[in-house]
Amino acid sequence: MTSSWTPDQPIISLQDVHKSFGSLEVLKGISLDVMKGEVICVIGPSGSGKSTLIRCINGLNDIQEGSIKVKGQEVHDPKLDKLELRKKVGMVFQQYNLFPHKTAIQNVMMAPVMVLKRSKKEVEKQARNLIKKVRLEGKEESYPGELSGGQQQRVAIARSLAMNPEVMLFDEVTAALDPETVKEVLVTIKELASEGMTCILVTHEMGFARELADHIYFTDNGVIVEHGPPVTFFTEATDPRTKEFLSQIL
Amino acid sequence: MLLGKKIPGIDESIRTDLPVLRSYNGRAAGHVSDLAFSRWLASPSSWMLVLISVAILFPGALAAQTHYTMFNALAALWKWLPLILMEGFFLNILISFLSMLIGTASGILLGLMQISLNTPARQSAFWITQLFRNSPWLVILFIVLLALPFDIDLGFTSIRIPDWTKAVFGLSLPVMANISEVVRGGVLSVPSGQWEAAESLAYSRHQTMWFIILPQCFKRMIPPWMNWYAILTMATPLVSLLGVEEIITISRQAMEAEDNHPELLIPFYGFALIIFFVYCYPIARMTLRLEKRFSVKL
Repeated sequence: MTSSWTPDQPIISLQDVHKSFGSLEVLKGISLDVMKGEVICVIGPSGSGKSTLIRCINGLNDIQEGSIKVKGQEVHDPKLDKLELRKKVGMVFQQYNLFPHKTAIQNVMMAPVMVLKRSKKEVEKQARNLIKKVRLEGKEESYPGELSGGQQQRVAIARSLAMNPEVMLFDEVTAALDPETVKEVLVTIKELASEGMTCILVTHEMGFARELADHIYFTDNGVIVEHGPPVTFFTEATDPRTKEFLSQIL
Repeated sequence: MLLGKKIPGIDESIRTDLPVLRSYNGRAAGHVSDLAFSRWLASPSSWMLVLISVAILFPGALAAQTHYTMFNALAALWKWLPLILMEGFFLNILISFLSMLIGTASGILLGLMQISLNTPARQSAFWITQLFRNSPWLVILFIVLLALPFDIDLGFTSIRIPDWTKAVFGLSLPVMANISEVVRGGVLSVPSGQWEAAESLAYSRHQTMWFIILPQCFKRMIPPWMNWYAILTMATPLVSLLGVEEIITISRQAMEAEDNHPELLIPFYGFALIIFFVYCYPIARMTLRLEKRFSVKL
Protein backbone atom coordinates (compact mmCIF):
# COMPACT_ATOMS: atom_id res chain seq x y z
CA MET A 1 0.00 0.00 0.00
CA THR A 2 1.72 3.13 -1.15
CA SER A 3 0.01 6.16 0.25
CA SER A 4 0.58 9.65 -0.95
CA TRP A 5 2.97 11.22 1.44
CA THR A 6 4.18 14.74 0.90
CA PRO A 7 7.12 16.38 2.68
CA ASP A 8 4.82 18.77 4.50
CA GLN A 9 3.44 15.83 6.44
CA PRO A 10 5.41 14.27 9.29
CA ILE A 11 7.69 11.52 8.07
CA ILE A 12 7.08 9.67 11.31
CA SER A 13 3.87 10.03 13.22
CA LEU A 14 2.89 8.29 16.44
CA GLN A 15 -0.68 8.55 17.66
CA ASP A 16 -1.64 7.38 21.15
CA VAL A 17 0.63 4.37 21.12
CA HIS A 18 0.17 1.76 23.86
CA LYS A 19 2.56 -1.12 24.33
CA SER A 20 2.57 -3.77 27.03
CA PHE A 21 4.93 -6.63 27.75
CA GLY A 22 2.48 -9.15 29.11
CA SER A 23 0.74 -7.37 31.97
CA LEU A 24 3.31 -4.59 32.25
CA GLU A 25 2.29 -1.51 30.30
CA VAL A 26 5.41 0.26 29.08
CA LEU A 27 4.00 2.86 26.68
CA LYS A 28 0.85 4.51 27.93
CA GLY A 29 -0.28 6.69 25.09
CA ILE A 30 2.60 8.27 23.19
CA SER A 31 1.99 10.78 20.44
CA LEU A 32 4.69 12.58 18.53
CA ASP A 33 5.44 13.82 15.04
CA VAL A 34 8.77 14.05 13.28
CA MET A 35 9.23 16.14 10.14
CA LYS A 36 11.72 15.22 7.46
CA GLY A 37 15.20 16.47 8.23
CA GLU A 38 14.51 17.01 11.92
CA VAL A 39 16.69 15.74 14.75
CA ILE A 40 14.63 14.51 17.69
CA CYS A 41 16.06 13.56 21.05
CA VAL A 42 14.13 11.43 23.51
CA ILE A 43 15.42 11.67 27.05
CA GLY A 44 14.23 10.32 30.36
CA PRO A 45 15.00 8.02 33.27
CA SER A 46 15.64 4.31 32.80
CA GLY A 47 12.55 2.24 32.28
CA SER A 48 10.52 5.14 30.97
CA GLY A 49 9.97 3.39 27.66
CA LYS A 50 12.42 5.31 25.44
CA SER A 51 14.03 2.28 23.82
CA THR A 52 10.71 0.48 23.47
CA LEU A 53 9.33 3.54 21.70
CA ILE A 54 12.10 3.58 19.14
CA ARG A 55 11.91 -0.14 18.57
CA CYS A 56 8.20 0.13 17.83
CA ILE A 57 8.91 2.63 15.08
CA ASN A 58 10.78 0.11 12.94
CA GLY A 59 8.59 -2.78 13.93
CA LEU A 60 10.97 -4.67 16.23
CA ASN A 61 8.25 -4.53 18.89
CA ASP A 62 4.56 -4.62 18.15
CA ILE A 63 1.97 -2.34 19.74
CA GLN A 64 -1.36 -3.07 21.32
CA GLU A 65 -3.11 0.22 20.59
CA GLY A 66 -2.55 3.33 18.57
CA SER A 67 -0.85 3.87 15.25
CA ILE A 68 2.66 4.48 13.99
CA LYS A 69 3.01 5.84 10.50
CA VAL A 70 6.27 6.02 8.60
CA LYS A 71 5.89 8.07 5.42
CA GLY A 72 2.17 7.60 5.61
CA GLN A 73 2.41 3.81 5.95
CA GLU A 74 1.03 2.16 9.04
CA VAL A 75 3.86 0.15 10.61
CA HIS A 76 1.69 -2.32 12.43
CA ASP A 77 -0.52 -3.18 9.54
CA PRO A 78 -0.36 -6.97 9.37
CA LYS A 79 -0.26 -6.79 5.59
CA LEU A 80 2.78 -4.54 5.61
CA ASP A 81 5.99 -6.08 4.39
CA LYS A 82 8.20 -5.25 7.34
CA LEU A 83 11.31 -5.74 5.27
CA GLU A 84 10.26 -2.90 2.98
CA LEU A 85 9.77 -0.65 5.99
CA ARG A 86 13.20 -1.47 7.36
CA LYS A 87 14.84 -0.49 4.13
CA LYS A 88 13.65 3.02 4.89
CA VAL A 89 14.34 3.07 8.61
CA GLY A 90 17.85 2.31 9.80
CA MET A 91 18.72 1.53 13.39
CA VAL A 92 21.91 1.66 15.44
CA PHE A 93 22.02 -0.19 18.75
CA GLN A 94 23.69 0.41 22.08
CA GLN A 95 25.56 -2.90 21.77
CA TYR A 96 26.66 -2.23 18.16
CA ASN A 97 25.60 -5.79 17.14
CA LEU A 98 28.14 -6.03 14.37
CA PHE A 99 28.45 -9.44 12.74
CA PRO A 100 31.62 -10.81 14.37
CA HIS A 101 32.41 -13.32 11.64
CA LYS A 102 32.72 -10.64 8.95
CA THR A 103 35.20 -7.80 8.47
CA ALA A 104 34.13 -4.18 8.83
CA ILE A 105 33.70 -3.65 5.12
CA GLN A 106 31.82 -6.93 4.73
CA ASN A 107 29.49 -5.87 7.54
CA VAL A 108 28.74 -2.66 5.65
CA MET A 109 28.43 -4.33 2.25
CA MET A 110 26.41 -7.43 3.10
CA ALA A 111 22.94 -5.94 3.44
CA PRO A 112 22.86 -3.81 0.26
CA VAL A 113 24.16 -6.75 -1.77
CA MET A 114 21.92 -9.42 -0.28
CA VAL A 115 18.78 -7.47 0.54
CA LEU A 116 18.73 -4.65 -2.01
CA LYS A 117 20.35 -6.84 -4.65
CA ARG A 118 22.68 -4.08 -5.78
CA SER A 119 25.87 -4.85 -7.68
CA LYS A 120 28.85 -5.72 -5.55
CA LYS A 121 31.16 -3.25 -7.23
CA GLU A 122 28.86 -0.32 -6.73
CA VAL A 123 28.19 -1.29 -3.13
CA GLU A 124 31.88 -1.66 -2.40
CA LYS A 125 32.52 1.84 -3.64
CA GLN A 126 29.80 3.24 -1.42
CA ALA A 127 30.98 1.14 1.51
CA ARG A 128 34.51 2.48 1.28
CA ASN A 129 33.16 6.01 1.12
CA LEU A 130 31.04 5.45 4.18
CA ILE A 131 33.94 4.00 6.14
CA LYS A 132 36.00 7.00 5.16
CA LYS A 133 33.14 9.24 6.23
CA VAL A 134 33.00 7.76 9.72
CA ARG A 135 36.75 8.24 9.87
CA LEU A 136 37.75 4.59 9.90
CA GLU A 137 39.85 4.51 6.78
CA GLY A 138 42.35 1.68 7.00
CA LYS A 139 40.13 -0.45 9.19
CA GLU A 140 38.10 -2.00 6.39
CA GLU A 141 39.64 -5.44 6.73
CA SER A 142 39.53 -5.55 10.52
CA TYR A 143 37.13 -7.82 12.33
CA PRO A 144 34.85 -6.27 14.96
CA GLY A 145 36.80 -8.04 17.66
CA GLU A 146 39.85 -6.02 16.65
CA LEU A 147 38.11 -2.66 16.89
CA SER A 148 37.44 -0.50 19.91
CA GLY A 149 33.90 0.24 21.07
CA GLY A 150 33.74 3.61 19.42
CA GLN A 151 35.12 2.24 16.16
CA GLN A 152 32.59 -0.59 16.21
CA GLN A 153 29.76 1.86 16.76
CA ARG A 154 30.91 3.92 13.80
CA VAL A 155 31.02 0.81 11.63
CA ALA A 156 27.48 0.10 12.80
CA ILE A 157 26.42 3.58 11.71
CA ALA A 158 28.10 3.09 8.33
CA ARG A 159 26.35 -0.27 8.00
CA SER A 160 22.94 1.29 8.52
CA LEU A 161 23.74 4.16 6.18
CA ALA A 162 24.69 1.75 3.39
CA MET A 163 21.01 0.92 3.02
CA ASN A 164 20.26 4.55 2.16
CA PRO A 165 17.56 4.94 4.79
CA GLU A 166 15.37 7.97 5.10
CA VAL A 167 15.24 7.90 8.87
CA MET A 168 17.93 6.83 11.32
CA LEU A 169 17.09 5.62 14.80
CA PHE A 170 19.79 5.69 17.47
CA ASP A 171 19.10 3.67 20.61
CA GLU A 172 21.44 5.00 23.33
CA VAL A 173 24.38 4.47 21.04
CA THR A 174 26.95 6.11 23.29
CA ALA A 175 25.81 4.61 26.58
CA ALA A 176 28.42 1.83 26.51
CA LEU A 177 31.34 4.05 25.53
CA ASP A 178 33.87 6.08 27.49
CA PRO A 179 33.76 9.89 27.14
CA GLU A 180 36.53 10.14 24.54
CA THR A 181 34.97 7.63 22.21
CA VAL A 182 31.54 9.17 22.83
CA LYS A 183 32.83 12.31 21.15
CA GLU A 184 33.95 10.39 18.04
CA VAL A 185 30.49 8.94 17.59
CA LEU A 186 28.65 12.18 18.29
CA VAL A 187 30.72 14.02 15.69
CA THR A 188 29.67 11.41 13.14
CA ILE A 189 26.01 11.81 14.03
CA LYS A 190 26.35 15.58 13.91
CA GLU A 191 27.66 15.40 10.37
CA LEU A 192 24.79 13.13 9.40
CA ALA A 193 22.27 15.54 10.82
CA SER A 194 23.83 18.50 9.09
CA GLU A 195 23.47 16.64 5.77
CA GLY A 196 19.72 16.55 6.32
CA MET A 197 19.15 13.00 7.62
CA THR A 198 16.09 12.64 9.83
CA CYS A 199 17.39 11.30 13.15
CA ILE A 200 15.64 10.12 16.28
CA LEU A 201 18.03 9.67 19.18
CA VAL A 202 17.44 8.13 22.54
CA THR A 203 20.28 9.52 24.54
CA HIS A 204 21.65 10.58 27.88
CA GLU A 205 24.01 13.10 26.32
CA MET A 206 22.33 16.34 27.33
CA GLY A 207 24.99 18.53 25.82
CA PHE A 208 24.57 16.83 22.51
CA ALA A 209 20.79 17.09 22.70
CA ARG A 210 20.96 20.76 23.50
CA GLU A 211 23.36 21.45 20.64
CA LEU A 212 21.82 19.38 17.90
CA ALA A 213 18.17 18.63 18.54
CA ASP A 214 15.35 20.41 16.85
CA HIS A 215 12.95 19.03 19.41
CA ILE A 216 13.36 17.26 22.73
CA TYR A 217 10.87 14.84 24.29
CA PHE A 218 11.05 13.89 27.92
CA THR A 219 9.43 10.58 28.81
CA ASP A 220 8.72 9.21 32.23
CA ASN A 221 6.70 6.12 33.07
CA GLY A 222 5.54 5.53 29.52
CA VAL A 223 4.17 9.00 28.77
CA ILE A 224 5.66 12.11 27.25
CA VAL A 225 5.79 14.49 30.17
CA GLU A 226 7.09 17.51 28.35
CA HIS A 227 8.59 18.43 25.03
CA GLY A 228 9.93 21.46 23.25
CA PRO A 229 12.85 22.93 21.36
CA PRO A 230 16.06 22.79 23.41
CA VAL A 231 16.16 26.52 23.81
CA THR A 232 13.01 26.53 25.92
CA PHE A 233 13.12 22.97 27.21
CA PHE A 234 16.24 23.22 29.28
CA THR A 235 15.56 26.64 30.70
CA GLU A 236 11.78 26.96 30.94
CA ALA A 237 10.63 23.45 31.85
CA THR A 238 7.30 23.62 33.66
CA ASP A 239 6.46 20.08 34.79
CA PRO A 240 7.88 19.19 38.23
CA ARG A 241 9.05 15.79 37.00
CA THR A 242 10.97 17.40 34.20
CA LYS A 243 12.45 19.91 36.55
CA GLU A 244 13.52 17.16 38.93
CA PHE A 245 15.14 15.14 36.15
CA LEU A 246 16.95 18.16 34.75
CA SER A 247 18.20 19.24 38.14
CA GLN A 248 19.78 15.87 38.62
CA ILE A 249 21.58 15.67 35.35
CA LEU A 250 22.56 19.21 34.59
CA MET B 1 81.24 -103.19 69.48
CA LEU B 2 82.40 -103.79 66.00
CA LEU B 3 82.14 -107.18 64.26
CA GLY B 4 82.36 -109.03 67.52
CA LYS B 5 85.83 -107.74 68.31
CA LYS B 6 86.07 -106.16 71.67
CA ILE B 7 88.27 -103.15 71.96
CA PRO B 8 90.35 -102.95 75.20
CA GLY B 9 89.69 -99.74 77.00
CA ILE B 10 86.34 -99.31 75.21
CA ASP B 11 84.45 -102.59 75.25
CA GLU B 12 86.51 -104.44 77.87
CA SER B 13 88.92 -103.69 80.66
CA ILE B 14 92.37 -102.34 79.99
CA ARG B 15 95.06 -105.06 79.48
CA THR B 16 98.08 -102.87 80.19
CA ASP B 17 98.74 -99.73 82.08
CA LEU B 18 101.10 -98.41 79.40
CA PRO B 19 99.66 -95.44 77.49
CA VAL B 20 99.51 -97.26 74.19
CA LEU B 21 97.02 -95.93 71.79
CA ARG B 22 96.56 -98.00 68.74
CA SER B 23 95.34 -96.28 65.68
CA TYR B 24 91.58 -96.19 65.59
CA ASN B 25 90.62 -98.70 63.03
CA GLY B 26 87.03 -97.72 62.96
CA ARG B 27 87.08 -96.57 59.31
CA ALA B 28 87.99 -99.85 57.81
CA ALA B 29 84.42 -100.97 57.53
CA GLY B 30 82.68 -97.58 58.05
CA HIS B 31 80.73 -96.31 61.03
CA VAL B 32 77.29 -97.53 61.69
CA SER B 33 75.98 -93.94 61.32
CA ASP B 34 77.07 -93.94 57.67
CA LEU B 35 74.30 -96.31 56.92
CA ALA B 36 71.72 -94.25 58.76
CA PHE B 37 70.27 -92.54 55.72
CA SER B 38 70.12 -95.70 53.70
CA ARG B 39 68.52 -97.45 56.58
CA TRP B 40 65.94 -94.76 56.87
CA LEU B 41 65.31 -94.81 53.18
CA ALA B 42 64.76 -98.51 53.37
CA SER B 43 62.27 -98.13 56.14
CA PRO B 44 58.51 -98.22 55.30
CA SER B 45 57.82 -94.63 56.46
CA SER B 46 60.10 -93.10 53.83
CA TRP B 47 58.41 -94.97 51.01
CA MET B 48 55.13 -93.60 52.26
CA LEU B 49 56.56 -90.10 52.04
CA VAL B 50 57.77 -90.60 48.48
CA LEU B 51 54.46 -92.06 47.39
CA ILE B 52 52.56 -89.17 48.89
CA SER B 53 54.81 -86.62 47.19
CA VAL B 54 54.37 -88.28 43.85
CA ALA B 55 50.66 -88.47 44.36
CA ILE B 56 50.53 -84.74 44.96
CA LEU B 57 53.00 -83.54 42.38
CA PHE B 58 52.06 -85.84 39.56
CA PRO B 59 48.70 -84.19 38.61
CA GLY B 60 50.30 -80.74 38.82
CA ALA B 61 53.06 -81.86 36.48
CA LEU B 62 50.45 -83.37 34.23
CA ALA B 63 48.42 -80.16 34.26
CA ALA B 64 51.47 -78.10 33.46
CA GLN B 65 51.88 -80.09 30.29
CA THR B 66 48.25 -79.55 29.04
CA HIS B 67 47.24 -76.17 30.82
CA TYR B 68 46.22 -73.34 28.49
CA THR B 69 48.42 -70.43 29.53
CA MET B 70 48.09 -66.68 28.94
CA PHE B 71 50.92 -67.07 26.47
CA ASN B 72 48.78 -69.45 24.41
CA ALA B 73 45.87 -67.05 24.60
CA LEU B 74 47.98 -64.13 23.39
CA ALA B 75 49.38 -66.26 20.60
CA ALA B 76 45.83 -67.06 19.53
CA LEU B 77 44.94 -63.36 19.63
CA TRP B 78 47.95 -62.53 17.50
CA LYS B 79 46.85 -65.11 14.96
CA TRP B 80 43.36 -63.63 14.68
CA LEU B 81 44.41 -59.97 14.88
CA PRO B 82 44.40 -59.21 11.13
CA LEU B 83 40.85 -60.51 10.72
CA ILE B 84 39.57 -58.76 13.82
CA LEU B 85 41.03 -55.45 12.70
CA MET B 86 40.47 -55.52 8.96
CA GLU B 87 37.00 -57.02 8.89
CA GLY B 88 35.71 -56.37 12.41
CA PHE B 89 36.92 -53.00 13.55
CA PHE B 90 36.85 -51.65 10.03
CA LEU B 91 33.13 -52.35 9.85
CA ASN B 92 32.60 -50.60 13.19
CA ILE B 93 34.34 -47.51 11.87
CA LEU B 94 32.45 -47.67 8.58
CA ILE B 95 29.15 -47.92 10.44
CA SER B 96 30.12 -45.00 12.64
CA PHE B 97 31.07 -42.81 9.64
CA LEU B 98 27.91 -43.50 7.69
CA SER B 99 25.68 -43.22 10.73
CA MET B 100 27.26 -39.91 11.68
CA LEU B 101 26.87 -38.59 8.16
CA ILE B 102 23.18 -39.43 7.96
CA GLY B 103 22.56 -38.41 11.56
CA THR B 104 24.26 -35.04 11.12
CA ALA B 105 22.38 -34.16 7.94
CA SER B 106 18.99 -35.10 9.34
CA GLY B 107 19.90 -33.63 12.73
CA ILE B 108 20.66 -30.21 11.27
CA LEU B 109 17.34 -30.26 9.44
CA LEU B 110 15.47 -31.35 12.54
CA GLY B 111 17.26 -28.75 14.67
CA LEU B 112 16.30 -25.93 12.32
CA MET B 113 12.74 -27.22 12.24
CA GLN B 114 12.66 -26.98 16.03
CA ILE B 115 13.11 -23.21 15.82
CA SER B 116 10.87 -22.78 12.82
CA LEU B 117 8.06 -20.24 12.95
CA ASN B 118 5.76 -22.87 11.43
CA THR B 119 4.00 -24.42 14.43
CA PRO B 120 3.26 -27.93 13.10
CA ALA B 121 6.84 -28.26 11.86
CA ARG B 122 8.20 -27.03 15.16
CA GLN B 123 6.05 -29.30 17.29
CA SER B 124 6.62 -32.45 15.26
CA ALA B 125 10.36 -31.78 15.23
CA PHE B 126 10.26 -31.37 19.00
CA TRP B 127 8.54 -34.68 19.59
CA ILE B 128 10.73 -36.61 17.17
CA THR B 129 13.82 -35.22 18.90
CA GLN B 130 12.51 -36.11 22.35
CA LEU B 131 11.53 -39.60 21.23
CA PHE B 132 14.95 -40.59 19.94
CA ARG B 133 16.90 -38.81 22.64
CA ASN B 134 15.15 -40.63 25.44
CA SER B 135 15.03 -44.17 24.09
CA PRO B 136 17.64 -46.88 24.59
CA TRP B 137 19.79 -47.20 21.50
CA LEU B 138 19.66 -50.99 21.54
CA VAL B 139 15.87 -51.03 21.54
CA ILE B 140 15.81 -48.58 18.63
CA LEU B 141 18.22 -50.87 16.77
CA PHE B 142 16.05 -53.92 17.33
CA ILE B 143 12.93 -52.12 16.20
CA VAL B 144 14.64 -50.82 13.07
CA LEU B 145 16.03 -54.25 12.30
CA LEU B 146 12.62 -55.83 12.49
CA ALA B 147 10.65 -52.98 10.97
CA LEU B 148 12.75 -52.52 7.85
CA PRO B 149 12.20 -55.10 5.14
CA PHE B 150 14.71 -57.87 4.52
CA ASP B 151 14.82 -57.11 0.87
CA ILE B 152 13.44 -54.74 -1.68
CA ASP B 153 11.37 -56.48 -4.30
CA LEU B 154 11.87 -54.84 -7.69
CA GLY B 155 9.75 -57.32 -9.59
CA PHE B 156 12.48 -58.85 -11.74
CA THR B 157 14.91 -59.14 -8.87
CA SER B 158 15.07 -58.44 -5.20
CA ILE B 159 17.85 -56.60 -3.46
CA ARG B 160 18.78 -57.96 -0.08
CA ILE B 161 19.28 -55.19 2.46
CA PRO B 162 22.27 -56.23 4.56
CA ASP B 163 21.94 -56.07 8.31
CA TRP B 164 24.73 -53.58 8.73
CA THR B 165 22.87 -51.11 6.51
CA LYS B 166 19.87 -51.30 8.77
CA ALA B 167 22.20 -50.89 11.74
CA VAL B 168 23.59 -47.71 10.19
CA PHE B 169 20.09 -46.33 9.83
CA GLY B 170 19.12 -47.43 13.33
CA LEU B 171 22.13 -45.75 14.95
CA SER B 172 21.60 -42.60 12.93
CA LEU B 173 18.28 -41.97 14.68
CA PRO B 174 19.55 -41.18 18.19
CA VAL B 175 22.45 -39.30 16.60
CA MET B 176 19.94 -37.23 14.61
CA ALA B 177 18.04 -36.35 17.78
CA ASN B 178 21.14 -35.32 19.68
CA ILE B 179 22.60 -33.29 16.82
CA SER B 180 19.20 -31.61 16.53
CA GLU B 181 19.58 -30.45 20.13
CA VAL B 182 23.16 -29.32 19.49
CA VAL B 183 22.02 -27.22 16.54
CA ARG B 184 19.07 -25.76 18.40
CA GLY B 185 21.26 -24.89 21.36
CA GLY B 186 23.90 -23.40 19.12
CA VAL B 187 21.45 -21.17 17.33
CA LEU B 188 19.83 -20.01 20.56
CA SER B 189 23.25 -19.20 21.99
CA VAL B 190 23.79 -16.43 19.45
CA PRO B 191 22.91 -13.11 21.17
CA SER B 192 19.49 -11.74 20.29
CA GLY B 193 21.16 -8.49 19.25
CA GLN B 194 22.36 -10.26 16.12
CA TRP B 195 18.78 -11.14 15.19
CA GLU B 196 17.69 -7.55 15.84
CA ALA B 197 20.51 -6.04 13.84
CA ALA B 198 19.73 -8.38 10.95
CA GLU B 199 16.03 -7.54 11.16
CA SER B 200 16.78 -3.83 11.19
CA LEU B 201 18.81 -4.27 8.02
CA ALA B 202 15.77 -5.86 6.36
CA TYR B 203 17.23 -9.39 6.16
CA SER B 204 14.64 -12.12 5.70
CA ARG B 205 14.55 -14.83 8.38
CA HIS B 206 16.07 -17.33 5.97
CA GLN B 207 18.93 -14.97 5.10
CA THR B 208 19.47 -14.16 8.76
CA MET B 209 19.69 -17.84 9.68
CA TRP B 210 22.03 -18.98 6.92
CA PHE B 211 24.32 -15.96 6.53
CA ILE B 212 24.47 -14.45 9.98
CA ILE B 213 23.42 -16.83 12.73
CA LEU B 214 24.59 -20.27 11.57
CA PRO B 215 28.10 -19.14 10.54
CA GLN B 216 28.55 -17.74 14.02
CA CYS B 217 27.49 -20.83 15.91
CA PHE B 218 29.02 -23.36 13.53
CA LYS B 219 32.38 -23.26 15.28
CA ARG B 220 30.74 -23.61 18.67
CA MET B 221 28.84 -26.69 17.56
CA ILE B 222 31.92 -28.64 16.51
CA PRO B 223 33.08 -29.88 19.96
CA PRO B 224 29.68 -31.37 20.96
CA TRP B 225 29.38 -32.83 17.47
CA MET B 226 32.75 -34.56 17.82
CA ASN B 227 31.72 -35.76 21.26
CA TRP B 228 28.65 -37.43 19.79
CA TYR B 229 30.81 -39.10 17.15
CA ALA B 230 32.95 -40.63 19.89
CA ILE B 231 29.83 -41.80 21.74
CA LEU B 232 28.43 -43.26 18.54
CA THR B 233 31.66 -45.12 17.81
CA MET B 234 31.67 -46.61 21.27
CA ALA B 235 28.04 -47.68 20.74
CA THR B 236 28.70 -49.54 17.48
CA PRO B 237 29.45 -52.86 19.26
CA LEU B 238 25.70 -52.89 20.03
CA VAL B 239 25.11 -54.03 16.46
CA SER B 240 26.83 -57.32 17.29
CA LEU B 241 23.60 -58.20 19.07
CA LEU B 242 21.89 -57.89 15.73
CA GLY B 243 24.24 -60.37 14.16
CA VAL B 244 26.30 -57.86 12.20
CA GLU B 245 29.83 -59.19 11.69
CA GLU B 246 31.74 -56.50 13.47
CA ILE B 247 34.59 -56.66 15.96
CA ILE B 248 32.75 -58.25 18.85
CA THR B 249 31.02 -60.88 16.70
CA ILE B 250 34.29 -61.78 15.00
CA SER B 251 36.10 -61.93 18.35
CA ARG B 252 33.47 -64.33 19.63
CA GLN B 253 33.76 -66.45 16.50
CA ALA B 254 37.55 -66.49 16.86
CA MET B 255 37.31 -67.60 20.47
CA GLU B 256 34.89 -70.30 19.40
CA ALA B 257 37.43 -71.50 16.83
CA GLU B 258 40.06 -71.62 19.56
CA ASP B 259 37.93 -73.98 21.63
CA ASN B 260 36.46 -71.33 23.92
CA HIS B 261 39.18 -71.43 26.56
CA PRO B 262 38.23 -69.04 29.31
CA GLU B 263 41.80 -67.68 29.14
CA LEU B 264 40.94 -66.18 25.76
CA LEU B 265 38.26 -63.87 27.11
CA ILE B 266 40.43 -61.17 28.58
CA PRO B 267 42.92 -60.94 25.69
CA PHE B 268 40.22 -60.77 23.01
CA TYR B 269 37.80 -58.43 24.75
CA GLY B 270 40.71 -56.53 26.20
CA PHE B 271 42.00 -55.95 22.72
CA ALA B 272 38.63 -54.66 21.57
CA LEU B 273 38.64 -52.27 24.52
CA ILE B 274 42.12 -51.04 23.73
CA ILE B 275 41.48 -50.53 20.04
CA PHE B 276 38.38 -48.45 20.74
CA PHE B 277 40.30 -46.44 23.32
CA VAL B 278 43.13 -45.79 20.88
CA TYR B 279 40.58 -44.55 18.36
CA CYS B 280 38.33 -42.48 20.64
CA TYR B 281 40.81 -40.92 23.07
CA PRO B 282 42.48 -38.67 20.46
CA ILE B 283 39.00 -37.53 19.43
CA ALA B 284 38.23 -36.64 23.05
CA ARG B 285 41.46 -34.67 23.40
CA MET B 286 40.89 -32.82 20.16
CA THR B 287 37.38 -32.00 21.33
CA LEU B 288 38.79 -30.49 24.52
CA ARG B 289 41.28 -28.40 22.57
CA LEU B 290 38.66 -27.13 20.16
CA GLU B 291 36.32 -26.34 23.04
CA LYS B 292 38.95 -24.15 24.63
CA ARG B 293 39.69 -22.48 21.34
CA PHE B 294 36.07 -21.76 20.47
CA SER B 295 34.93 -20.78 23.96
CA VAL B 296 32.64 -17.81 23.82
CA LYS B 297 34.50 -14.53 23.64
CA LEU B 298 31.86 -11.92 24.14
